[in-house]
Amino acid sequence: MLDFWYKLLDSALPFQWVQYEFMKNALLAILLITPLFGILGTMIVSNKMAFFSDALGHGAFTGIAIGAITGLVRPVFSAVIFSVAFALIITVIKNKSRSSTDTTIGVFSSIAVALGLVLISFGGSFNKYSSYLIGDLLSISQTEIVVLLFVFAAVVVLWLFIFNKLLMVSTNKSLASSRGVKTLPVEMIFTSMVAVIVTISIQWVGLLIINSLLVLPAAAARNITGNVRKYTFTAVIISAFSGLSGLLASYYMNTATGATIVLISGIIFFISLVFKNKFN
Amino acid sequence: METEQENICGGSCSGLCCTKIENLSVTIGSTKILENINIHIHCGELTALIGPNGAGKSTLLKAMLGDIKHTGKLQFLDEKGKHNDNPLIGYVPQNLNFDRGTPTSVFDLFAACNTRMPVWLGSTKKSRNKVRESLASVKAEHLIDKRIGALSGGELQRALLALALDPVPDLLLLDEPVSGIDQNGLELFYDTVSHLRRDYDLSIILVSHDFDLVEKYADRVILINGTVISSGTPAEVFGNKETSKIFGMSWFNNRAVCEKDGGGAADNA
Repeated sequence: MLDFWYKLLDSALPFQWVQYEFMKNALLAILLITPLFGILGTMIVSNKMAFFSDALGHGAFTGIAIGAITGLVRPVFSAVIFSVAFALIITVIKNKSRSSTDTTIGVFSSIAVALGLVLISFGGSFNKYSSYLIGDLLSISQTEIVVLLFVFAAVVVLWLFIFNKLLMVSTNKSLASSRGVKTLPVEMIFTSMVAVIVTISIQWVGLLIINSLLVLPAAAARNITGNVRKYTFTAVIISAFSGLSGLLASYYMNTATGATIVLISGIIFFISLVFKNKFN
Repeated sequence: METEQENICGGSCSGLCCTKIENLSVTIGSTKILENINIHIHCGELTALIGPNGAGKSTLLKAMLGDIKHTGKLQFLDEKGKHNDNPLIGYVPQNLNFDRGTPTSVFDLFAACNTRMPVWLGSTKKSRNKVRESLASVKAEHLIDKRIGALSGGELQRALLALALDPVPDLLLLDEPVSGIDQNGLELFYDTVSHLRRDYDLSIILVSHDFDLVEKYADRVILINGTVISSGTPAEVFGNKETSKIFGMSWFNNRAVCEKDGGGAADNA
């Protein structure tokens, strides 16, 4: 299925790194996953949910731990289920209770990560899972890329249908209700989407920095844009650009790919700050 | 059942549309915020909802929107006497708690509410023209490409009013901001709203904190504090002893003085 992609790269790019299959895979993965981080990030930043998406990473880690303990071959499947459930629970509690969202998320996030650590250390096999903290993009397999392809398509389709409603909810919930939007389901769909993306990406990007990939491109884009269309596309471009240049830089410098990508988006963010006043 | 409801509503507004709230109560956790609210609103009337802080004014609006869990009924009867449990409600929130730096333009907000095309994909000429038209109705067409976070309090309120009127609702709920709008902006807002009620024959409920403007523009006033304390014409409600007891005396003393001095003094007060 990916042969076409391999041939295309072989004939189009005259670089040394192109001969490695893991680089071709990583490149394709980046092209699929960074746009998703870009578009989901716009809503995370607009909704002030940076802490929430961070907590989702912790939930995913626990899901992986549960999967590992129960002996699943691919802990990531149980992780997806666990972190979607985790995201839904936080969303519902956030809506039903009057206590601060920060506290609600903080409580759940701490419990989740502690549970994950206890489960993993229980068998004395903590080191086996430490790779999830940093992630390894170069380890991505062909099957995983195919899965990513489907996730990519699903997110784009959902984003077409749900975006307007989500924008209303993020501006004002009561306003959204007055327009017939069921705010809780809309929020639940969105948080589940974020949970799925964060969870499947964690093995490649790592728990420690995954949130930066969601937040930084959108945070940079909002500094230099004045409407939703430009915001979305700028975030996607920044995200994809950081991803591609990060991958190549990490190849030549022999550094961790995810972290290199984050550093590049960080630099772009600070450049965007310089231009911020022109747009406000 | 149908005839009974028509009697409830039709008795006093004879064939015209009206909105009726019956036994509405809101309890959040163990706190009773609203209890047994009964309100009857006629179209073409501006009804001001007043009450002290924490009286449940905004909560009542949100309950009517279905945004807050409540018991009791909201009934709407249109001019043909047709019963409608789900009236189209236009709503102008008190404040938007959105992120001020968010790159959402006024057009984006309108398009998100009124079109199916995802805003991030772009816009059509037709939808832009429609938004410009509806902004023009509140003299705000120049704001179409401004970020909502960059609008002044008054501009935002006018844009939201235009949004609430597109499409023309059965019932218009306005939650007046406590701060962020200067006196001129507020007058302009009341003036616009008071024209609307006649032009569109709208039922309007306005949560208000400015008694001078309420007295000048409202047709009816409802005072709530957990439940309906009094209702009637502005003169009736403001003349009521209960009202002055709840709000403290100063405004009412001024009002009494102004009434003696004549209309001119009232404008300066």
